[in-house]
Amino acid sequence: MSTTSVDAHEHSNNHAGHGYGDNEKLYVHFHRDDYGSKFGMWLFLFTEVLLFGGLFVLYYGYRIAYPHDYHNAAMELNIVMGAINTLVLLTSSLTMVLSIVALRRESIKTSLFYLIVTFGFGATFCVNKYFEWSAKIHHGIYPGSMELRETRPAGEVVFFGLYYLMTGLHTFHVIVGMVVMVFCFVFIRTGTINSNKYIVLENAGLYWHLVDLIWIFLFPLFYLLH
Amino acid sequence: MSGHNEHTSVDKHDHVPSYGKNVMIWLVLVALTALTVTVASVNLGDYTFFVAMLIASIKAMLVINIFMHIKYDDILMKGILVACGFIFMVIFVIYSFDLFNTYTG
Repeated sequence: MSTTSVDAHEHSNNHAGHGYGDNEKLYVHFHRDDYGSKFGMWLFLFTEVLLFGGLFVLYYGYRIAYPHDYHNAAMELNIVMGAINTLVLLTSSLTMVLSIVALRRESIKTSLFYLIVTFGFGATFCVNKYFEWSAKIHHGIYPGSMELRETRPAGEVVFFGLYYLMTGLHTFHVIVGMVVMVFCFVFIRTGTINSNKYIVLENAGLYWHLVDLIWIFLFPLFYLLH
Repeated sequence: MSGHNEHTSVDKHDHVPSYGKNVMIWLVLVALTALTVTVASVNLGDYTFFVAMLIASIKAMLVINIFMHIKYDDILMKGILVACGFIFMVIFVIYSFDLFNTYTG
């Protein structure tokens, strides 16, 4: 008995602040640090902000250089399509939160349902983006196209270049988020993620909200400023 | 009702955020989206960029605070967010001004 209690105290030293009491000697110890996990996720999200932040500054720099070309190029983007995608992503952020809330309230089925809905919204976003890009490509507007190189001014070439780069990189993030959701779905089904241990789903949620955040800025910058 | 369930149900009510509040925030976000689209069709001249970014920032704050749960996190998590946010802002703002002066000055 005395050895177990000594063990428990040694472990609890590694977890200062977690509030393990004398009861810990009753539990089997395993390493788990939800706080650190979440902290690490935030640090990763900051690197994502740096990645997109740099591109936003690039966008701004050329916007100052070619205000009229930006203005004209933005007219060609479909506001309705952009607005629909904004609503899709905002709603998917909500359903992601609801999935976490449901899981923490131990309604596994509701949680899985919301997760599937979130995945569906992500897929909807990608499909919209596909049609949007297809329409542009059909009109000969894509990086390095004859149309852009020979008939458009430099500012429009830059605008559409950044449009494809930034929305493309963003859509890639959406796809990654959807893949993460598939893993979460499986883990919830197997019980690896549960109402007591939901940090993985929470981190997936943080990532998904970041994707939403980036779109919140991409939408007005590309579609609305004309 | 049953004795052994009481403890867990009390625990849950302490920490679990509600469905309703998140739905409310979503409604505000949708309203702000409608606002920014509407405002875009009005010619505000030089303020167009500023207004669009202001609305986007309000939306971002709502998402970060409520959906990303920062409002309910502890001071360390909030602190690191504010510190990083501030440093990023300084870098990006200084760089933006530099670009502005390079192209217009």
